Amino acid sequence: MNSISRVATIAVHSFKESVREKVLYNLVGFALLLIAAAILFGSISVGIQKTILINLGLSSISVFGLLMAIFIGVGLVAKEIERRTLYNILSKPVARAEFIVGKYLGLLVTLVINTAIMALGFYAALYYVTRQFVRADAIALEAIYLILLQFAIVVGVAIFFSCISTPVLSAVFTFCVYVIGNYLADIRWFGRENGSVLMEKLTHALYFLLPNFANFQATSLAAHGMRIPGYLLVSDSLYALLYVTVLVSAAVLAFEEREFK
Amino acid sequence: MWAVETIGLTKDYSAGFWRKRPLRALDGLSLRVEKGGIFGLLGPNGAGKTTTLKILLRLVFPTAGSAQLLGRDIRDISVHRLIGYLPENPYFYDHLTAPEFLNYMAEIFGMGRDARCRRVGTLLERVGLASFQKLPLRKFSKGMTQRAGIAQALINDPELIFLDEPMSGLDPLGRREVRDLILGLREEGKTIFFSTHILGDAETLCDRVAILHRGRLEGLGGMQEILSREVSSAEIVLEHPSPELVELAKSLASSVVRTGERVRMVIPEAAQPERVLAQFLERGAKVVSFNEVRNSLEDYFMERVGSPARAPDVRSAHPPAGGENP
Repeated sequence: MNSISRVATIAVHSFKESVREKVLYNLVGFALLLIAAAILFGSISVGIQKTILINLGLSSISVFGLLMAIFIGVGLVAKEIERRTLYNILSKPVARAEFIVGKYLGLLVTLVINTAIMALGFYAALYYVTRQFVRADAIALEAIYLILLQFAIVVGVAIFFSCISTPVLSAVFTFCVYVIGNYLADIRWFGRENGSVLMEKLTHALYFLLPNFANFQATSLAAHGMRIPGYLLVSDSLYALLYVTVLVSAAVLAFEEREFK
Repeated sequence: MWAVETIGLTKDYSAGFWRKRPLRALDGLSLRVEKGGIFGLLGPNGAGKTTTLKILLRLVFPTAGSAQLLGRDIRDISVHRLIGYLPENPYFYDHLTAPEFLNYMAEIFGMGRDARCRRVGTLLERVGLASFQKLPLRKFSKGMTQRAGIAQALINDPELIFLDEPMSGLDPLGRREVRDLILGLREEGKTIFFSTHILGDAETLCDRVAILHRGRLEGLGGMQEILSREVSSAEIVLEHPSPELVELAKSLASSVVRTGERVRMVIPEAAQPERVLAQFLERGAKVVSFNEVRNSLEDYFMERVGSPARAPDVRSAHPPAGGENP
């Protein structure tokens, strides 16, 4: 059996494991509920019913998907360590790198499927409101794709932290990285205006070190029916790929050194 | 080629929150285990048995020394194709059933669907879990979990099997079942390397044993050698002895116990038990039994380890000089 097959086996198992998490269904349920609620909010907003629905719908997908990525992401590796189920896997001919990559891919597939379910709910709500689909509605799909790229990075961050820390701290760190990553431009501006050289260097380093999640924000464009430029889709894909590669590699390096006492 | 070979295997852990200090869990362990048969790694709690197994399985890394499994360095994980491992107090994915779990383990070894089905079925039958195929692992008793653990350790039909405290926490029936399983594996020509602190299990099962204490190898030998060492004493049982014979017994024996109509006495080897027996027979005593008492594994263990209660779990990385391995 080659490395790819072992990674695939672990990914499939991780997927099966994560879809049994009750928190997942609760989050998907809440997201769908919020999308349904967007219909109500829209109905009391004269003329911008569709805009409100797209805005709130995509935001729900983003927020609940993020929560899934963090909660399940930090638990997937940490739980295996805590419950010592990992001993069974690592005593088999499985490289630690294969284990981490398998876990990462398993969770990513879970998120893709859950996002697809939320997207279906969103489009169902959209159809309920407009009673038709127009070509411009496909823009929301592009926005959802960018949201998924964010999830891919967040899962990478979560898995990295779960390889070096406890589940609770990993969740906190991952959430902090996400929040900071959404305001990197503002933080850099603050550093420049602050006047302190140290602060400027620090904010500058943060700007280049952490993933800039603001690059993936396309909800407003989609809500106003504006096309997302093709170059943005390509550059964001490459940007996410780069970060995911770095994060998963860092997670593998940390995991390679980890001892299971 | 040795099944297991360790050379100067040493492991230091660090303890303490602020001021980390090294704690030596394993101290220069060098041993060789031949292929075939059952090898027992014995020692009190905290002796370094689990640490040894974890180093061999690459779950922790040695501070110094090296080790080989089946002639390959432990860093070469391809050797894991040929080995099986049952961790101490195993825990498995509780949402899976035993066949699902074993199927997952088999998939990791790249077995095809048909081969997996056959192997999983055979193993479930062998460990006595065939009638619990639909029960999730979370509902398994301790004994059933242990048996599922043994099944996963055997999924790849390994040459070398590591079992960490395989009988701990099992009831007498469960222990018997696991013991029979281990003996069956020996019959198939497998090498079984198991750690235990239960000396009775080791005495029943092992061909060779090593004794670890405070991370050091304190004894190593074949079970036959250990058990056939010199006679330490003899036990004589008399029936309806006269008061005169009881007095004689008290004067010669190291212990005399009366149970109903019988008197049981232990005569130390120094007191020449055969001569004592002759004296009783001359005085017309009714001798029910005469048995030589040879050293047991427990005697050997205690001789090497002393009172485990006095031993701390781990010791400093810089032990006092003069504590050489045998």
